[in-house]
Order: sequence, then structure tokens, then C-alpha cells
Amino acid sequence: MARVLVGVKRVIDYAVKIRVKPDKTGVVTDGVKHSMNPFDEIAVEEAVRLKEKKIASEVIAVSCGPAQSQEVLRTALAMGVDKGIHVEITGAEYDTLQPIHVSKILAKLAEKEKADLVIVGKQAIDDDSNQTAQMTAAYLDWPQATFASKIEKGDKDITVTREVDGGLETIKCKMPAVISADLRLNEPRYATLPNIMKAKKKPITKLTPKDLGVDCAPRIQVVSVEDPPTRQAGVVLPDVDALVGKLKEGGHV
Amino acid sequence: MFSRGARQLERRLRIQPLGTSLARAYAAGESALPQLTKDRYPVQRGDYAELTDNHLSFFKNLLGHRVITDASECEPYNIDWIKSVRGYSRCVLKPKTTEEVSKIVSFCNEHKVAICPQGGNTGLVGGSVPVFDEVVLSLSQMNQVLDINDTSGVLVCEAGCILENLDERLSDHGLMMPLDLGAKGSCHIGGNVSTNAGGLRLLRYGNLQGSVLGLEAVKANGEILDCLSTLKKDNTGFHLKHLFIGSEGSLGIVTKVAIQCPPKPKAVNLAFLGLKSFEDILKVLKKAKHELGEILSSCEMIDERSINVCTEHLKVKNPLPDYPFYMLIETHGSNNAHDEEKLNQFLENVMSDGLVLDGTATNEPSKMKNIWELRERITEGLLYDGYVFKYDISLPIENFYSLVPVMKERLGSDAVRISGYGHLGDGNIHLNISVKDFTQEIYKKIEPFVYEYTSKFRGSVSAEHGIGFRKPKYIHYSKSQESVQLMKELKKLMDPKGILNPYKVLP
Repeated sequence: MARVLVGVKRVIDYAVKIRVKPDKTGVVTDGVKHSMNPFDEIAVEEAVRLKEKKIASEVIAVSCGPAQSQEVLRTALAMGVDKGIHVEITGAEYDTLQPIHVSKILAKLAEKEKADLVIVGKQAIDDDSNQTAQMTAAYLDWPQATFASKIEKGDKDITVTREVDGGLETIKCKMPAVISADLRLNEPRYATLPNIMKAKKKPITKLTPKDLGVDCAPRIQVVSVEDPPTRQAGVVLPDVDALVGKLKEGGHV
Repeated sequence: MFSRGARQLERRLRIQPLGTSLARAYAAGESALPQLTKDRYPVQRGDYAELTDNHLSFFKNLLGHRVITDASECEPYNIDWIKSVRGYSRCVLKPKTTEEVSKIVSFCNEHKVAICPQGGNTGLVGGSVPVFDEVVLSLSQMNQVLDINDTSGVLVCEAGCILENLDERLSDHGLMMPLDLGAKGSCHIGGNVSTNAGGLRLLRYGNLQGSVLGLEAVKANGEILDCLSTLKKDNTGFHLKHLFIGSEGSLGIVTKVAIQCPPKPKAVNLAFLGLKSFEDILKVLKKAKHELGEILSSCEMIDERSINVCTEHLKVKNPLPDYPFYMLIETHGSNNAHDEEKLNQFLENVMSDGLVLDGTATNEPSKMKNIWELRERITEGLLYDGYVFKYDISLPIENFYSLVPVMKERLGSDAVRISGYGHLGDGNIHLNISVKDFTQEIYKKIEPFVYEYTSKFRGSVSAEHGIGFRKPKYIHYSKSQESVQLMKELKKLMDPKGILNPYKVLP
């Protein structure tokens, strides 16, 4: 049976309105509700289902970030993950944490935990990078199956249906492998009360990047973070002729 | 940032303001316009002037293009959104200022033209649409926020502000609206005040009679009454503002309001629970009040048939399928660690007592939003059932749910669905009886029985929706003859020609 490592990122909840800091160095995070990156939630759900189908023997969730990252690990544990690993990264290092750092951490942990599968969300809804799965696979030199909308386990390999431009692509790859979860892979469950209670007793191991020999020194500098341009107000035109005129003026007809 | 991923999720979770879904619900049933109110109900047109070109030219001089006369454009203003009533007004007015409202009302009073004031048109008792050809006075263009005071927490705004927009504006100041209801994306604060709307958190934040500090209203003779106090305490003479809170536009038109707004809670938690019986719900309610104490902000119940409306018709996902009863328990507080501990302890207790069979709890805004949809969108989903008889009843808590089984026995297969849900913490149940088509026989089987039953337990025949057009003849089930008489005298005094929202509120 397979051991599965899942990456879970703590992001600003998507129902919360995002505000840019006045000094344009980033977005306001203080006092703002965070939750698990929804695509990572799909990754967790898939891992837990693999366990329920007796394909996976153990599911381990990893989150990189400040102390509050343990909250998303608790959510993962309540959904059915067996244990959590919190890689603590704070301050300036956390502010400039990039997929390259996280994938190095995930690769190290995959080796350490003898994982057969690494599953992560295809992207996080805060930076929209869509890089972690790919780079993790590169560091491990494992096959990668990104944008998965269906995963089937064979004897020694897995068959993954991928969402590609214009349709679906089905690929087969050897294990161990890295998979990134797309939106239609599954619908994540709500943790039920008994499982929320049980999750409190499940272990969370705390590590630092140093423990794993990963250097999280910043590689980028944030120059400026700005709001998207606001939509211009429309105009009401009195009749069709005026509309046609305007369209011609703008070169649309 | 927050682009592609977030947009995909929004599509999947169908996050949309109620306004859009209402528009869709309209479109869905466009082919089947409800019967005209004058044909469905035995009601006589009052002795009001018919609209003339002279009237129209006065309105057009005053408002310019903010006068709608085209029949199809007037249609949405003539039909309530649950499509239970339909008027045939050919004149919709959209004033932008109190002075314009004053001039309109004064003119109408002089010429005896009947007026139907309208906010977001989300009412459920036919109070906000014309019965015949009354001129519709839409407050939708009066949507300015005039002042938000961070320290006192007082909001002053015009009547046509949409509730949800106000809540968003207040959120920048660390404040929130003291009321929240399913129609928040469409309903106007002026309508909320005029109907004394209740909603999901009345249990914690009280009703509008407490939260409204002051208001400005236009009387039937066009006079502008300035009661726009922002004081918490002001015992100087009669509290005239109360004449306009809950009188459904029959005594005057509310144009501005001053509202006391509580601080926006730093910590919000929501539990969604599955239970086996109403007896257990009562036990959990009692425990919630005692154990959650000051942080309890909402306590709602939903029966299985109500929740199925959302899952079947609107495809909202229910995380706990197939329990006969559900409860939503929400907490508002200032410290999440404290609130979560309290809530978890409470949940552990009710689980180990076997009162709650299963449940889920979360403080993630997106998940809480999804769970609330199961409660807030029931009214919308019911539209897909056919015709819905809606009752909004206060009953002593022990009898809260008893009407549902009684009606089931009484109607049997005549009804498609008989469901009950509502504000358990406030003893206010929404009883909904869905039928394939409206027929007089079914109507007579239900009314006045529902009201007689309510009266027997000294309940209220309208807990929060108001009287509107649908219930004036049942007002006596909840109010004494003397009370109704005094209401009539007040109406006569304030609106001698009866031009304000006629055929409604009073028998």
C-alpha cells in the first residue's frame, strides 16, 4: 500500500475581500480569515479517499508557514489525514516564500517519509503560481501528472486523467509520482464533529527548513503590489443609432 | 492574483448575490404570469383618480426620465418575486431626493392618486406591489450613505440602500448591520425598517424597533417629518419613529434612517447539526442558550423537506445528508480561541448526550457561506415547487413545529410539500405549503385554519413578514379589536385620503 504526502497551504479565504496594503508591499493579512487553499483541499480529499479504498496506508499533510499553519493541518487531520508536519517559516522568509522553496521541502519530506505519492493542489489561490507540483517532481526526479481530474491505481502504476486545453488527456505513469489536483477531481467533504474531535489528538510534528537542509533565503524582491484596475462606468445611450455610432467610433463594427 | 483559481471556484460554488438568482427565478417562470390580484382576490378598487396625462406630465417635469410608463418595463414592479400577486400599474416613479418624494406625495394627495411605495420588492405578503393601478414609488435611486460614525457606530443613509451594500460599507469601519436576512442582496433598508424586518440574528442583536435611532419620513400631505436623531437616548415626547417602523408605508414613506450598528465580530463560528426529533432540538436550544451564552448569535432549525428544496432544486450540497431535522448554531465573539473552546465543549456535550447525531463546524468564511445557503435559499428554491402558501408565525416554543404535522394530516396528498424552518431562537417558524397550482379549494382548506390554530396558542399570524395585502383580514387573530380600532384612527389622522399603500395592513 502507498504512503501519500499532501501539501496544504494556508491562504486568505476566498470569500474574503482582498485589500492591498497602503504601502503596496503586499496584501493585508492581519485579522483576515484564512483557510486551506481550496485546491489543496481537493488533494487532501483524494488522498483520504485512497486511504478509504485501502490503496493508501498512511496520509501525511505538510504545511509551510507561521504557527497558524497548524490550523489548516488540523482541518486536514479532521478530514481524515493521519498525521501532520508543520515546517515553520516566519517573518521575512515567509513573506518571500516561493514554490521553489516549498518544492524543495516537499521533496525532502517525500524521501524522509518514504512517500509513494505526493499530491498537491494545482495552484494556490493567493499567488496562482502553479509550480510546486512540477518542481517537486523535478527535484525528486519522479514522473508528474498535473491537473488531475481522475486518478486510478494500477499494480505498479497510476492512470491519471488530466484536464488539458480543449479536452482530457489520459496518461499512465510509474510510482512514485507527483500529482496536482484540478477542480473536478472530487468534491471535498466537510469534517464531521467526531472527526474534528479526533483530529485534536492526532500528532503534528514541527520542523524547520534547516532541519531538512533547505535554504529559504529570499530569491525575489517584491517591487509593488497593486489593485487591479477598476472597471470603467458604462454609458446609457438613447437609441440604436447612437449605439451603432459608438461601436463604429471604437472600431468594433 | 486571486484570478483564475478563485474564479473557477466561484463558478463551481455558484456564489451569487440573491439579486441574480431572483432575476433567474423570474426568468424561469416568465411564461406563467400570476393571475392579476384583482381577479384572484375579492377586492374592490378604491375611489382613487385614474392616471391622466396631466398627472404624468407633472411627474415627468419633476423627474425627467426617471418615470417609467412602458408596460413591459413596469411589469417587474407589479409582481412580487414569489409571484403571488400582480398589479397593473403603468407608472413607476424613481425620486432621488426627499424633496422629490415630498412633491410627488403632496401632488398625489391633492389629486387623490394612490401610491404604492416600493423598496427591493422582496416582501412575502404582497405589500410592496400595487393591487390595482397605484403609482409605484420606487426608492431605489435614493441609495446614498450619508454618514458612518466609527465611534458611536451610527449609520445614516437613504432608504434605498441595499442591505448587503451597507454591510460592506460598514465592514471598512469595523461595523456591521444589526440585521441579516436571505434577501440581503436585493432588499432596501427603507423596506426593512418599514416592515420591521427580523432575520437571522434577531436573537442576538434585537429588532429594528431597537436599532433604529431615528428616521426621516414623508407624510401623506407631503410634509417632511425629520425624526433623524442619532441619539441612543431621547425621551422627549412621543417616539414618533415607531409609527413608521413596521407600518409598511401606510402612514408615511421612510426616506432616511439612522441605525445603531454593532461592531463586526472578530470571531465567527458556525455549527451545522443533524438531529432525529423536534424534542431533541428543544433540548439543544436550551443547552446552547446556557452554554454558549453571550456569544450565541443565531439559532435556526430546518426540517428535512425544507433542506431538500435546496439540494433538489438549487443543487446546493448538504454536508450531512438525510437527517429529519437540522440546526444551525452560530457564534459571534471577539476572541476565536475562547469561542472555539466554548463551542467545541458544547458540541461535545450534545454529541455525547446523543441529542445530536452528527454535525460539522467551521470558521472558514467560504464554508460558512455554503452552509448558510442551505438556510437562506429555501424561499428561492420553493418557487420551483409550484404555488407556495407561505406562513410566518410566532408560536410558543413548545408548539413551534406542531403546525407542520397538523397540516400534513389535514391536506394529505393535496400538497406537494409541507415544510417548516425558521428562527427557532425567536420562536418564529416559516411554514410553507407547496401545491402544484393555486386553487380556491386548497386555499380554503388552509386559511383561516392556520390562523385559528396560531391564535389558539396565542401566537402571532405574522412574526416578521408583516401584514401586507395577504393578511389584513387575519390581523384580529393576533390583535384586539381596540388595538385595530386605534390603528385605523391613526391611519385616518395621518393619511385622511388613504393614498398611501391602500388595501394593505388594516382590514
